[in-house]
Amino acid sequence: MGDVPAEGSPGDPWSAMMKAAMAGDETVYRRLLEDLGRSVRAMARAAFARAKLGDADVEDAVQETLLAIHLKRHTWDPNQRLGPWVNAIARHKIIDAMRRRGARRSEPIEDFQDFLAAPEEEDPHALSDARKLMETLNPRQRDIVQSISLDGQSIAATALRLHMTEVAVRVALHRALKALGAAWRRSVS
Amino acid sequence: MRTSELIAALSADPVPEPIRLGRRLSAALALGLLGALILYLLIVGPRPDFAVALATIRFDLKFLDAAALALPSILLLMRLARPDAKPGALALWLFAPLVLLAAAVVVELIVVPRDEWLSRLVGHNMRYCTTMIPMMAAPILAALIWALKGGAPQHPGWTGALAGAAAAGLASFLYASHCPDDSPLFVATWYPLATLLCAAAGAWAGRRFLAW
Repeated sequence: MGDVPAEGSPGDPWSAMMKAAMAGDETVYRRLLEDLGRSVRAMARAAFARAKLGDADVEDAVQETLLAIHLKRHTWDPNQRLGPWVNAIARHKIIDAMRRRGARRSEPIEDFQDFLAAPEEEDPHALSDARKLMETLNPRQRDIVQSISLDGQSIAATALRLHMTEVAVRVALHRALKALGAAWRRSVS
Repeated sequence: MRTSELIAALSADPVPEPIRLGRRLSAALALGLLGALILYLLIVGPRPDFAVALATIRFDLKFLDAAALALPSILLLMRLARPDAKPGALALWLFAPLVLLAAAVVVELIVVPRDEWLSRLVGHNMRYCTTMIPMMAAPILAALIWALKGGAPQHPGWTGALAGAAAAGLASFLYASHCPDDSPLFVATWYPLATLLCAAAGAWAGRRFLAW
């Protein structure tokens, strides 16, 4: 877990990290998402196993959860702890993902907080549907997401390559992520 | 896509202009009410004997009923906009308008002779009541759904239905000043019917627009 000073929130470094992230600290934000992702993954794996579903879509559930955390982070009340809020989002998204796999009645899902001590790394062979869903983006959006996520380029480098301003790249990236979330949601039915 | 790759894209996405949910819902409420008020002034309007009627308990009770519905549903809505919300004891206050109506009906049945029950229940205005309340509720509901899109409600359908009920409560408050039918027998029949229509519309809108 993070080593960010958690003043005023002992034992809850994530809330402090999210506050820093919302204030614009990209590095802390990335580490927070990685941390949360590991515990969400453990939570999703347990839920999928209990519903007797294979592991194949676990990474989709993780990524959808992270995307929802990202797009809905303003619904977190900074006076509350981050854990229960993440739990609510993860539960919502894991249930969606399990329904998509045909699980009719969801077994009870263990609480996110139960997995803090047992985070799980990503299976390097697991590929999510995100790539397929990216085809629903317009070409420019797809190019930008690909450049920043798959190719690991910076916003600045991407802007330079596409002859766009950095602001325009950021706006396009944000729209693309929103569109990706919507495409994922539509794939539920 | 690998999760680490997605995280790279997410952390590159700049911090958005923060949406303040409470403020956004309040703004939507004000805007929606303004719309409802315009419709009220253009189409509905107060009844001619408004001032006299204010002195009668049956008339005043209509406003109390409407407020008893609007107030808890609005407060609950503000809470349910967040994904980790727990309705808590506030949800019980949603029964307040029902209890109030039921009590008023009992008293009315006692004080009014049996052969007047039906005519009081049917009243003069039932069709007007069940169309004007949803009509004035529409702008409020639309504004609330827009505001809630900034949230992440756990149950989009139910949250939408509650928004519909809140809108109906506010619209009923306005409509009550127009309607010449004051008997609790009328109010307990047609106002809830109008509210149900609004809640159904809200449930539909919630499923359609509030899923995330």
